[in-house]
Amino acid sequence: MNLAAIRAIYVFEMQRFFRTLAQSVVSPVLSTSLYFVVFGAAIGSRIETVEGIPYGAFIVPGLIMLTVLTQATSNASFGIYFPKFIGTIDEILSAPLSFIEITFGFVGAAATKALFIGLITLATAFFFVDLAILHPVWMLVFLILTCVSFALLGFIIGIWADNFEKLQLVPLLVITPLVFLGGSFYSISMLPPAWQTVTLFNPVVYLVSGFRWSFFGEVDVAIELSVAMILLFLALCLGTIWWIFRTGWKLRK
Amino acid sequence: MTDPIVSVRKLMKRYGNGFEALKGVDLDIEEGEILALLGPNGAGKTTLISAICGITTPTEGTITVGGHDTVRDFRAARALIGLVPQEINLEPFEPVAGTVAFSRGLFGKPRNPKLIARVLDSLSLGDKATARVRELSGGMKRRVLIAKALSHEPRVLFLDEPTAGVDVELRRGMWEIVADLKRQGVTIILTTHYIEEAEAIADRIAIIDAGRILLVEEKAALMARMGQKVLHVALTSRLEDVPKTLSSYNLSLSEDGRSLIYTYDTRAARTGVVRLLAAIDAAGLQVADVTTQESSLEEIFVGLTRHEPKEAVA
Repeated sequence: MNLAAIRAIYVFEMQRFFRTLAQSVVSPVLSTSLYFVVFGAAIGSRIETVEGIPYGAFIVPGLIMLTVLTQATSNASFGIYFPKFIGTIDEILSAPLSFIEITFGFVGAAATKALFIGLITLATAFFFVDLAILHPVWMLVFLILTCVSFALLGFIIGIWADNFEKLQLVPLLVITPLVFLGGSFYSISMLPPAWQTVTLFNPVVYLVSGFRWSFFGEVDVAIELSVAMILLFLALCLGTIWWIFRTGWKLRK
Repeated sequence: MTDPIVSVRKLMKRYGNGFEALKGVDLDIEEGEILALLGPNGAGKTTLISAICGITTPTEGTITVGGHDTVRDFRAARALIGLVPQEINLEPFEPVAGTVAFSRGLFGKPRNPKLIARVLDSLSLGDKATARVRELSGGMKRRVLIAKALSHEPRVLFLDEPTAGVDVELRRGMWEIVADLKRQGVTIILTTHYIEEAEAIADRIAIIDAGRILLVEEKAALMARMGQKVLHVALTSRLEDVPKTLSSYNLSLSEDGRSLIYTYDTRAARTGVVRLLAAIDAAGLQVADVTTQESSLEEIFVGLTRHEPKEAVA
């Protein structure tokens, strides 16, 4: 294992993040605040509670998930796409590294950034709503697992994409709808039974449900199932990345 | 003789569309030498380098670097190699010293800011260490690429067209850098299509065309072996035609009609020079001067890659 290489990639990626710290932090804080103003105050004041939880607080886990999923995916996809785009990927491919080090470096950095922004979003939420976290350790575990798995997904997207449009395509057409339809802003029990079944095919449901459980102790799906699903997703992404590097798909000529 | 530092055996590269970029390349590179890989565009120079460096996966064949197989033992093999790519691939927003230190990290070496500073100094980039890459000129960027390749102290350095698009002065500067690295014991493989460049700095020359190595030879031996010489016999009087008595020689007349041009092969047992001069004397012509000219590597190269016998210089 080439630890120096992991550190080099990780530090390099994080430096990019800290160079643009203002825009990296301001935009999620601003969008979170807007969601609280619109959903929490304007609409939420008419909904009052969902499953006994004030609506403003109820949407916090979903909102954090929305931010974290988007950030993890886009950071990781951009992180690996950019070297491909400008050609510096050749240096990485010619270095004494296996896919393990490359993945650790890029995905680790993207997950860290997403985690950082997720925590900032959480801190912002405290300004708008009264919030207590029932299982803080589990909350962190879910957050980290989500950051890592979606950074892995973003990494795959970044390798797959051969232009900037494709880079935006998956986050826009797949991830955003999945998050919005995954119970981020409502409880699945509020849907008609048929739609509840359809919703269970959406992996984000398990993330949001598990994450919300760590806040309030309330679930849409069993907590064990949430953990199992997120681990399955993680394994799928890792398997795909292993296959990509083994075959050189989209990376080696 | 010691084992070659780089050894390529029966290397094939076939792309998905059936195009064969390399058709069974065998090549040994000795430690400490400068090998120039010469060939026209699309000959397979970059593919060969990419395969050795691990950027391209070969279809068939084996490569060892420092005795390590580049597939089975890729970490040990690649750690010995530095690559200066043909394209200027650099992160535009990174500071120079940062991007060079990043390369060192990638190759698994511990941080060493002093060494990085020394490498930058040796490439006249010392005062640009904190500058961002995009602020640099093209020549400086190319030197940053060399600094990145040298950052992990490689034993073998590949330079893929290091002087493409570089002005004459910078090109000479680059040759000095290469000569300096050779003194430090680094083995250097450079691709080029400037024959002048190969002639100026290489110890050995390999000529590659259409995915095959046509020959590998010591530069001097190559030029002596394949060299054709041209003898110019300047005359005191002007001629309209080559005299009939000299028609048995492979002679031509210069445009101004004032000298006879004789092309001969230095390899031949008899060059025929003495006989020719006697015949010229017998024909009653007065010789003013005699000069010879050795054919350049360029002519040898063109002759080989055109796949046709070399014609006599007209």
